[in-house]
Parts: sequence; structure tokens; C-alpha cells
Amino acid sequence: MRETTSQTASQLLEPVAGNGLLHRRLFLTGGAALVGAAGLEFMTVRPAAAAPPDVPAWMKTPGAGMSAYGARSRHEEGVVRTVGTTPGTIGTGASRTPLERLEGIITPGALHFERHHNGIPDIDPAEHRLLIHGLVDRPLMFDLESLSRYPLVSRIQFLECSGNSGGNNAPEAPQQSAGGIHGLVSCSEWTGVPLGVLLEEAGVRRAARWIVAEGADAAAMSRSIPKLKALDDAIVAIYQNGERLRPGNGYPMRLFLPGWEGNACVKWLRRVQATSEPAMTKDETSKYSDLMPDGKALLFTFPMGVKSVITSPSGGLSMHGPGLYQISGIAWSGAGRIRGVEVSADGGQTFAAAALEGPVLPKALTRFRMPWRWDGGTAVLQSRAIDETGAVQPTRQALLAERGAPFRYHYHAIQSWEVSPEGGVRNVYA
Amino acid sequence: MSTLNLRACTCVAVIASAAWGSVRAQEGPGLGVAATPEQVVGWAISILPDGTGLPAGSGTAAAGAEVYAEKCVACHGVDGAGMPNDQLVGGHGTIATATPVRTIGSYWPYATTVFDYIRRAMPLVAPQSLTNDETYALTAYLLHLNGIIDEGDVMNARTLPRVEMPNHDNFVRAVP
Repeated sequence: MRETTSQTASQLLEPVAGNGLLHRRLFLTGGAALVGAAGLEFMTVRPAAAAPPDVPAWMKTPGAGMSAYGARSRHEEGVVRTVGTTPGTIGTGASRTPLERLEGIITPGALHFERHHNGIPDIDPAEHRLLIHGLVDRPLMFDLESLSRYPLVSRIQFLECSGNSGGNNAPEAPQQSAGGIHGLVSCSEWTGVPLGVLLEEAGVRRAARWIVAEGADAAAMSRSIPKLKALDDAIVAIYQNGERLRPGNGYPMRLFLPGWEGNACVKWLRRVQATSEPAMTKDETSKYSDLMPDGKALLFTFPMGVKSVITSPSGGLSMHGPGLYQISGIAWSGAGRIRGVEVSADGGQTFAAAALEGPVLPKALTRFRMPWRWDGGTAVLQSRAIDETGAVQPTRQALLAERGAPFRYHYHAIQSWEVSPEGGVRNVYA
Repeated sequence: MSTLNLRACTCVAVIASAAWGSVRAQEGPGLGVAATPEQVVGWAISILPDGTGLPAGSGTAAAGAEVYAEKCVACHGVDGAGMPNDQLVGGHGTIATATPVRTIGSYWPYATTVFDYIRRAMPLVAPQSLTNDETYALTAYLLHLNGIIDEGDVMNARTLPRVEMPNHDNFVRAVP
């Protein structure tokens, strides 16, 4: 038995790809515990002097009382979004989720990314209505209370701004964290009313092929959405991670279009107009269109491409000496489930399959993990996702060759993090 | 197949598989309240490319220049040159280059979008405060600065949808 286990352990300790990547099942099988038996030193025993007192102060006095609404540890207050505001404005810009400081697949509401076009409105739900009109038999209004009485559906799904990761278009790799570059993606459990139910109640006509969704913010942000998406899986979301939406994410109600670019998921939803043609709004024409190198511009490129990023180690984090590490990251696709993620430690020369941690849900973040024995030398870490349709995350070179430079939206290329012998991690174009 | 083409195909596939049946099978409690025609008129501010939704009123570039000088120039610069915020004029001939300058004149495909956006969102500090005449006038001014209409052209619900934008034909819909 022992011999068999040892053989398994030693097999698992055989590198599966260049520069020290180990088998994805190493951690899952308990193989890491046998690392010592295999004669490999992965851990550094810290000196006893570093130990805290036998009985810490917080064990010698009663703790704090309960609170009506919880707060995180004061020692974690440095885990914050990166906020960028357009010059000359107060509330125009974006805040990015600190991906490198989070684990799992659910983004806490307070750290969910935000992108606003003229600030966050302070909406009194008693004074807010959703109007459905246009090519319908019966124009209707709904308030939050009435929507809350409809049969609700809940799904765990990602939301991503189509401008996410655009910083990697710059000629020089931006020296930012994973969240600073890729933090316009988050993942929540969204709960709401299927938009199709409301459209059917209003008697949406066959002649309607689009809907125009509009928000109750000071930009009255509006986007045109194909009716078939509206009737397929679109919801009017009223809860996020179990609580009411936060103001920065559309309170009291927002449109949520699984897998589609965040800008189309109109926050503070106030009006849905059924139309025969798209409205060609400012945001869907002059902004969120994909300008190609030949001067053609694609409209309505809604689905977000297959993508992944290693969040640990990642830009700005530090290694703690050679040894065994778990590479951890997130993958997602607007087309459905993630089928697999491959990881490279040698800049893309060799890849090996990472472990996908369940649940692997359609159009949701999927956590992947990969054991890695860092030998202390220079390494370039990459991850490459493939989704259930077979779409593969492209290299940066391939994406730029196709899209030209610079382009603004739908950047979903492979991210490269360079680990230096000193233990620093930085963004590189590999 | 390129990534973008692939994405467009995925988009179509998603739409083709739309679950009509599953949505129709769900019954809501029917709590929608009838909206009156007056309410709909008061709320519905979207302008479609064919001109649907354009209100009464009119304006010219000369009148628009006055409004622009008072309410727009601080963010968009003299003659729409931009800074600190978006450049609105110029950039013609740059769209197919490595440094495209996207302005109303060089990039935007529909003139109706100019009216729609100004009316709903500008000025940034006081959206939905302009009159329809002011909005038509600003639209005329920005189209004229971009060399798209003449200085004396009157913009109204009849003329604005007929304005042909220079870059219109370079837009391709990924969803038909």
C-alpha cells in the first residue's frame, strides 16, 4: 500500500510541463503531503521567535458585540477596488475588482466592478418604475414591489465590461495588478424576473425585433438588444448575492444579459421599448463598436470571448522563496461553460492541464488551480482557456494581428506574468 | 475563422436557440399597471434612425454656436476640438489608420444619434435641461463644424433623419 502510494506520489511529482509545472491532481490526491517523503523540500520552517504569545489579548477580554450589517476585518481594509474617474467629472469612469486579493468565484458586492457614465443615482424605489412600451399591445409599468412577487430565477454568472483588459493594448505592458488590468469582470448570483415574462405580459408584437433598454441615471444610458436574447435568458435583476442590488450595480433593478458585454446590461432599468430596428444609440455606435484595421466597425458584438487570467501569482504580488506553489486563476466565456484551462510556466512553450474547481457553470467564472514547483529562476506564467464550443483563448500576438492596434473592446488574449529570481511578478508581453 | 467572426456566429447561435417555449411556459402574476399614452410620451425619449421620436422644434448652426459657447465649450473645447472630454469634430480620414480619431464627423453612423444623446445626457452637469430647439441647434452646429451640413441648414424632425453621415457605410451589424 505504502509502496503504491509512493509510486503515485512520485508520479505526481514528475513535471508535466516546462519549468516545474506539476500534475493538476497533486493537491487533490493528498500528494503534496508526501512531498517530504519523496525527499523534496518545499517548505521553509520559520524560526520559533516569530510565534505569537501563548494567549493572545483577544482571548482575555470579551469580544465585540453583534452588528446589524456586517463589516470585514479592519485588517482587510486594504482590499479595495481601483477607481479611475474621467477628468472633469465626478461619477464617470470605472472601478475594478481586486482579482488578485480574492478567491473562489463569487465577487463580494462591495468589490464588484462598476462602470458609470454619469454617476450613481440615488433612487427611491417607491418613485421608480419600469415602463415597457413600443411595439406591444399593452404598455405597462412595474415597480420593485410588484416585480418581487413574480416567480424569480437565480443564476451564478459573470459580468464583464467589454473594455476590460484594454490596457494590454498599450505598446508597453502596463505595470498593474491583475485587478488593475483585468478587474472589469466580476461574478455574482443574480436573481430576478425573466424579461420575457414581462414582455409577454405587455403583449410584445411579432414586428418587434429589438428592445431599447434605458437607465434612470443622469446619462439615461441606453442600448438596443435583440428581442430573441430578451426572450431567451435576459432577466430584470433585483438581487445580487442574495441582497438587493447595490446602487453602483443598478438599484433597484437592472437588465442582466448572461454572457454579454456589461454595457448592454443596463443599470437602473427604467424603460424597455420594443422596436423593429435598433435605436443606434451613442453607446452602441460611437463607443461600444469594434473598429477593425480596415476601417470597418462591427456593431452589436455582444458575447464576451473565452478568457482566463492567473490571479496568483500575478502583477505586484511577491513570491516567498523557491518551493511548491499553487497557481490560481479564473476563466470564463460568454458562450457557455469552460471546458478546460491549460497553464504554462515557460512563456507558452509548453502547457499542461490545470484542475477546474467545481462548480463549473455556464457563463460564470470558473476557478482553476495548478501545482507548481518554482525553482527560483525566471518564469513566465500563462493560462489558456477553452470553452464548451471549442473556442480557444488567443495569444496577444494573434489577437493584435486580427484586430490591429489600438482597439478598445473585447480584448481577451492570454496574460503573461513574469516571475523574477528576486520573487517579483510583473506584466510582460510574451 | 477569426475570433470576431466566431463571436458573431456564437451570437447568432445563441439567438437561434432562444427558448421561446421556456419563457412562455412561465406565468407571471400579471401585476403590470397600464401606462397612459401621456405617461409613455413623457418617458419615451429614444430617437430611431428613421426619425421616430423626434419632437417638434428646429435649429440652425448659428443658434447652436451660442448654446455651445455657453454650455459645452468648457468640456469639449473650442469648435469641438476636445479636452478635457471627447473631441467632437475632425478626425476625418483617420478611422482606418493606426491612430483613429473617433468624432461625430469621422465615425458616428447616424445623425439622429447626435440629437438623442445631447437631449438625454448633455450637458453633463444638467442633463435633460435643454429645450428641443436648443438640441436641434446644437446638433446642427456640430454637423456643420464637421462639414456635413451647410451653415444655413435647418435641422428638424423632417431634415435630421435625411442627413447622411460620412462613415455610415463602414458600419457592419453582427446581428442582422
